[in-house]
Amino acid sequence: MRSTKAAPLAVFRIFFGFLMAISIIRFWALGWIDKLYIKPLFHFSYYGFEFIKPLGEWTYVLFLICGLSAIGVALGYKYRLSIILFFLSFTYIELMDKTTYLNHYYFISLVAFLLIFLPVNAYFSLDAKRQPILSFEQVPQWTIDALKLLVAIVYFYAGLAKLNSDWLLQGMPLKIWLPAHYDLPILGNFFHQNWLIYLFSWSGAIFDLSIPFLLLYKRIRLVAFVLVVVFHMLTWVLFPIGMFPFIMILAATIFFDAKFHDKLLSIAAKALKINKKKFDNQKKLLQSFNKANKLKISLLAVFFIVQITFPFRYLAYPGELFWTEEGYRFSWRVMLMEKAGYASFKIVNGKTGEHFYVNNADFLTPFQEKQMSTQPDFILEYAHFLKKHFEKQGHEYLEVYVESYVAINGRRSTAFVDPTVNLADKKESWKHKNWILPFNDEIKGL
Amino acid sequence: MIIHHLNTKTTSIILSMAMIFFIVACSTENEPKASTDNFDRQAMLVNWADNIIIPAYDNYVGKLTDLTNAKNDFIANRTLSNLEALKIAWLEAYIAWQSVSMFEIGKAEELSLRDFTNVFPTSKTAIEEHVNSGTYDLTLPSSRNQQGFPAIDYLLHGAAENQEMILERFETEENLRNYLNDLINRLADLSTAVLQDWEGGYRDEFVNNDGSTASSSVNKLVNDYMFYYERTLRAGKIGIPAGVFSNTPLSDRVEAFYRRDVSKTLFMASLNATIDFFNGQYYNGNGQGESLKSYLDFLNSITDGSDLSGLINDQFAKSKAKAENLGENFYTEVENNNAQMLQTYDELQANTILLKVDMFQALNIRVDYVDADGD
Repeated sequence: MRSTKAAPLAVFRIFFGFLMAISIIRFWALGWIDKLYIKPLFHFSYYGFEFIKPLGEWTYVLFLICGLSAIGVALGYKYRLSIILFFLSFTYIELMDKTTYLNHYYFISLVAFLLIFLPVNAYFSLDAKRQPILSFEQVPQWTIDALKLLVAIVYFYAGLAKLNSDWLLQGMPLKIWLPAHYDLPILGNFFHQNWLIYLFSWSGAIFDLSIPFLLLYKRIRLVAFVLVVVFHMLTWVLFPIGMFPFIMILAATIFFDAKFHDKLLSIAAKALKINKKKFDNQKKLLQSFNKANKLKISLLAVFFIVQITFPFRYLAYPGELFWTEEGYRFSWRVMLMEKAGYASFKIVNGKTGEHFYVNNADFLTPFQEKQMSTQPDFILEYAHFLKKHFEKQGHEYLEVYVESYVAINGRRSTAFVDPTVNLADKKESWKHKNWILPFNDEIKGL
Repeated sequence: MIIHHLNTKTTSIILSMAMIFFIVACSTENEPKASTDNFDRQAMLVNWADNIIIPAYDNYVGKLTDLTNAKNDFIANRTLSNLEALKIAWLEAYIAWQSVSMFEIGKAEELSLRDFTNVFPTSKTAIEEHVNSGTYDLTLPSSRNQQGFPAIDYLLHGAAENQEMILERFETEENLRNYLNDLINRLADLSTAVLQDWEGGYRDEFVNNDGSTASSSVNKLVNDYMFYYERTLRAGKIGIPAGVFSNTPLSDRVEAFYRRDVSKTLFMASLNATIDFFNGQYYNGNGQGESLKSYLDFLNSITDGSDLSGLINDQFAKSKAKAENLGENFYTEVENNNAQMLQTYDELQANTILLKVDMFQALNIRVDYVDADGD
């Protein structure tokens, strides 16, 4: 097994830990804990994780644990405990309400999971300082490659997802998004012109597909990294994607040679008056193949097989992916759609035929309502919630119907869910939801 | 050394690429059409502020001054003709209100202007309690359904069986006069505060916040407009009384319930104001400026989509035509002619979809300030 310097892992750990801590502080400071997890009356659950709900005021404690464990990760302090706590608390937070689903939150959960199994505290960490037995200058090469592979998957799959007729041939949804930014210096003047829109959509697709390979190739790595920075800074300016650009830029540094990380750590050591020499002990962490390690490696192999295959699960569903969103999430489909919807729920007494419509604002925040109205699994879950709610109020023989309209990528809105289907009868499952009306257009491509 | 050499080379490549890009950018920029064929959101905000919102508030505050004067005359001299003049002033101000209600932004949002002005049904019991005790606090959120136009409606048209008896009550009950006085003064104070804010610094703040983020003026006001259309106009004035949101019609939920014969007038004023705002129609006089319509038309020219603003205006016209068939008194319409009310609701509902789905998509309106990576 090849060994390599542990410095890249240490740098990745520090970047990741501090960025996560900043993300948590930002989230807290913006008041989003209250707004997204405490205020709403109802929360949308992931299928199979219905038992995971916000914890009321204790949700703040959860975020505190998450933030503190992120700092623990950055410092490499009680690393295994810190990263496990971080993974669990962060993932718990994300599972509390799928309204807030973001691809990069999923990415963070995956990285955190992977980091549990990597010796990223072997070098330049408090653990290594306090327990020399844990301190190694060299680690198995695969531990770094595993991180590279995960980053590469994100880019490459995001690129694959762009290979469709809306993105490449219609210039959608950039045709909707870019013109609004006409006030950006210089570039803004051209955001309503086709050549720039198509330049952005094509170069975006090519960038995503090629960047993992460009970063691997030493001679053009620097150019590739400049492209990474430019690309993500542009997305940061143009789109409300929060911390994502910074996470990806720093994640991409894992592709650099160990020399780069070594230098970075030397600078940090000097500034912080840390004796870096102490970590340069020339000790090699050798890959052992005892039972525990074999199990660990098999687990990671399964993890990556899932990562590579899971995004293709959409192929098992009939209908247009963008329309039904069956198999859409957890597949690195980032910034692909401008989708808007409207769903009006009708509560019917099956015996008397009496009915009334629901005011969604009574139960959902505007953000939840927006997400609900375009995604069938949200619509179904909400329909069941409404049934229970009105049953408690003493209504009987309840049937729940929805009149809904959705528009994607500049198309006119059309009816979305079959309004004659009683959603109270339908169950959530992995199966195709046959009550979604067909998409009356075609989006070609992957 | 080789690495260093490469670095210099790559750096120079990047630099020259950037140079080329800037040269292209600047040279195209100097061509006359390059920036003029773009949409100017600020021009739209200026049109909204200067030609629609501020004149509408100005008019509303003026009508409230008339109402205050009529009220003062009536309290000083409780004659039938003064009561009638007061009722007329109330209606005029109520109609003027319909043109500003949708602009719940800035000071109006801070003061919860709409909720302190026009929450109905008003609480007859609570009002009578206040009148009896003479103690109340109109700034409390819980007192929203005990003030504003609906509460004045009750005092002027519903406080007793007929006009003579109402006059009699005002004559004998000082507390009733005080309550009327407080209600009208409060309306005037709130609206004046909002107008002064617009005429002070807020107009510039509003106009200069011309970006496209969730907190930009366009984004916020379009959300406010949509909320108004959906909740206040579609549901509040038609849907709720017609029983769309309940098992049975609720005829006591109509606007101006005690006066009865003006609910259509108020509704039409509100619908027309909504249509005019969409089209950028000036509040005073005949003129049009940049608007949601012209913004949609501009964006449509890029995406080559269907004529959305035309569809929305067609649907507005259909809603208006349907509503024209309604009688003046929505209470009796709900009681006797509810099918017509429901049809009007359906027409309004059809535009909810065009506005909230198609227009929101086209304008890329964000409903909330949160991170998102595409829908």
